[in-house]
Amino acid sequence: MTTNDAATTRTAPAATGRSGSLFAEVGRVLEGHWVWYRLNWRATVISSVLMPALYLIAMGIGMGSLVEPGEFTQGHDYLVYLAPAVLVVSLVQTAAGESTYPVLSGFKWQRNYLAVAATPISPARLALGELTWIALRLLFSGLVYLLIAALLGALLNPMVLVSLLAAVLTGMAFAAPVVAYSATVQGEGAGFNALFRFVVMPMVLFAGTFYPVSQLPEVVQPVAWITPLWHGTELARGLAFGTLEALPALLHLSYLLALAGVGTVLACRHFHKRLVV
Amino acid sequence: MATAGSLIHARGLVKRFGSFEAVRGVDVDIAPGESFGFLGPNGAGKSSTMRMVSCLSPRSGGELRVLGMDPDTDGPRIRARLGVVPQQDNLDVELTVRENLQVYGRYFGLSRAAVRERAGELMEFAQLTDRADAKVEPLSGGMKRRLTIARALVNDPEVLLLDEPTTGLDPQARHVLWDRLFRLKQQGVTLIVTTHYMDEAEQLCDRLVVMDGGRIAAEGSPSELIRRYSTREVLELRFPFGRVADHTEVAARLAERVEVLPDRLLLYTDNGDAALAAAHEAGLRPVSGLVRRSTLEDVFLRLTGRSLVD
Amino acid sequence: MTTDVPTREVPPPPPSRGTVLRILPPGLYAGRASALLERAFVANRRAWLALLSGFFEPLFYLLSLGVGFGALVGQVVGPGGEPIDYAAFIAPGLLAASAMNGAVYDATFNIFFKLRHAKLYDAVLATPLGPLDVAIAEISWALLRGGAYATGFLAVMFGMGLLTSPWALLALPAALLVSLAFAAVGMACTTFIRSTQDFDFVQLAILPMFLFSTTFYPIDVYPGGLRVLIECLPLYHGVELMRALSTGAVHWGLLGHVAYFLVMAAVGLWVATRRLGTLLLR
Repeated sequence: MTTNDAATTRTAPAATGRSGSLFAEVGRVLEGHWVWYRLNWRATVISSVLMPALYLIAMGIGMGSLVEPGEFTQGHDYLVYLAPAVLVVSLVQTAAGESTYPVLSGFKWQRNYLAVAATPISPARLALGELTWIALRLLFSGLVYLLIAALLGALLNPMVLVSLLAAVLTGMAFAAPVVAYSATVQGEGAGFNALFRFVVMPMVLFAGTFYPVSQLPEVVQPVAWITPLWHGTELARGLAFGTLEALPALLHLSYLLALAGVGTVLACRHFHKRLVV
Repeated sequence: MATAGSLIHARGLVKRFGSFEAVRGVDVDIAPGESFGFLGPNGAGKSSTMRMVSCLSPRSGGELRVLGMDPDTDGPRIRARLGVVPQQDNLDVELTVRENLQVYGRYFGLSRAAVRERAGELMEFAQLTDRADAKVEPLSGGMKRRLTIARALVNDPEVLLLDEPTTGLDPQARHVLWDRLFRLKQQGVTLIVTTHYMDEAEQLCDRLVVMDGGRIAAEGSPSELIRRYSTREVLELRFPFGRVADHTEVAARLAERVEVLPDRLLLYTDNGDAALAAAHEAGLRPVSGLVRRSTLEDVFLRLTGRSLVD
Repeated sequence: MTTDVPTREVPPPPPSRGTVLRILPPGLYAGRASALLERAFVANRRAWLALLSGFFEPLFYLLSLGVGFGALVGQVVGPGGEPIDYAAFIAPGLLAASAMNGAVYDATFNIFFKLRHAKLYDAVLATPLGPLDVAIAEISWALLRGGAYATGFLAVMFGMGLLTSPWALLALPAALLVSLAFAAVGMACTTFIRSTQDFDFVQLAILPMFLFSTTFYPIDVYPGGLRVLIECLPLYHGVELMRALSTGAVHWGLLGHVAYFLVMAAVGLWVATRRLGTLLLR
């Protein structure tokens, strides 16, 4: 292409489409979220911190009063048994919330993604930024939850901090594919309601949160095995109680990493498809 | 003014919001079959007046009869015979075009068979038949407006009240809409319109009041108002920005009256061409000179010292 | 093609107001709430999946906790003092909780959307309908929906053998009463809500109530002071009422629970109508 025209020869910012490093650009997306979060963090406290804590109290202490520590609780108090699972559950629920309506809104209602797409930041990096933001949110919510759980005496030892990492991974193994899906939604997000009611909720109730999956009828057990939540709960409990064995750990980890990885690739692709016309 | 047979009768009508007085003593009488307009800038109190007349907003003071009844006690009975087109379309976004009409008809107590038939006719009227089963959201601004008007007609109202019917529409959509309203007028429907567009007022209204600051500044037919408050023609002399004031003194000698705008002088005279010639003779060298007929805009400028739009 | 608007069937004037309603300020009521209820049916025809999902929530809880967790618990002490299965213990509680959840969801999120966002009621009030028609219609819709869920859930309970007394027939009207009370209060609250962020407070009221109102475990878990607090919560009364009816442990004290909800409904409806009037008829 020849650019003889005098008007175009002034020094413009390098219009190569790659004006910054990956980290710098993802960082800019995060910065945008941080500005919003600094003003609105209070609204998120109720759903992502207070609710899990109340859940742990009601189910762990209240409902737990009905069962004696036994084989299925791995010898622990029900509160202690439940605490790592509620950690994973609450992060998965927060992940579901953050990866549905907010993403659709970025494309459709607030349209802030369209604004970002007009800057040098590429759609794929925007998607990575969004996912990183969700991961940070999960990490933070999880930390606060653990603090509360510790005060309730629901934690045995600091190993639960490693459980937190497993829980964040589980959250992302769910969030990444959902973000990829949300980026394809054209309507008003009616499908999200179905996702919450028919995927998230049954997952929370049946995939090993309140009792081992082996309690379920044998035919439905395989359904629980494909949920990221079950793998996450197994990891988190195993780490917290020090009962995790190498081979299952490896299987759980690879399953969750695969889900998160495939989801991330799809999310980047769908962001690109929707923003670059 | 026939007070006895009037559909709308108001004396000293007042609307207060807290300490703010939006409408400060309005007197109007509107006769059956008339097309009546409230002309004025934003914030003149037109919409508040309309809402009171539509029985959507209780009056703070004064006397008001609509269709011979008191809105305070007979709101539902009056509204049953009115058609209201609000300033902002409030169509039911959960329903389709057809359902919007049918469901609205049911609010008026029409039978299911009647609303089905009526919806068909009204979609034809609003030129929306081919969008009958589409949701409302993706329709264009002009289509939504036509649907809102069609919806207001579902109960075959004696009076149709339109608040800023064409604000925000492109010129073509406005003309389509005016055409529809003109048909209604020919069928004898009483139209009450608020607008801040003088061309709309001239197009639609037999009679209008000019409102400003919650009060009526003048009343009459568009031509009467122009005759009474303006001259036959107007000479517009455009000068470079900021240089207009230098020429007002000379211009004042050439016309009955002169209005000073930021970028031009308006010279009110019965013979614009003669005034333009005289201006050149007097040594004025405007960037451009234009002779045009007086409009309601000029009436408004005369009455309030301000422009209608902005 | 005819583009003229022919004149035809003139709509009937709204019926004159009955004696009871004369005490209300005029113009609030046209006696035509049914037309607005009809709108709800038309609008929700396409949203059947969302409607259906409301039925599954309590069912999932019943299967997971009542059956799955219940197998680990065995029997608990029922309202009459006799031991009952854990599933039979929590099922009536879930029925009450879902009556609350459904009604509150309808009366807050849905009505807020129509009130502030879609401006639906502005259009409705330009017809003969008044704010009381709106309130009655919305609450009726919430009740019909809640009633359908309750019927479905009761059928499941019956199928699982969790209904052990003919008194359980009264659980349906009781569920409607609970729905009515929560819908009325929820609607009243909605008229005060300014932005969607305020819904966090709705959540903050509903979720703890769901968790702590003895749905999942008996009240004697709580120490004395806390127990009194729980006994003040509306959902606690709903759970008690349902549990008594479904197990047949009926006594006169249940009328106290009924009175609690009647008062709630009356206050809620009164505030909601008043507030809708001031919000919409300005």
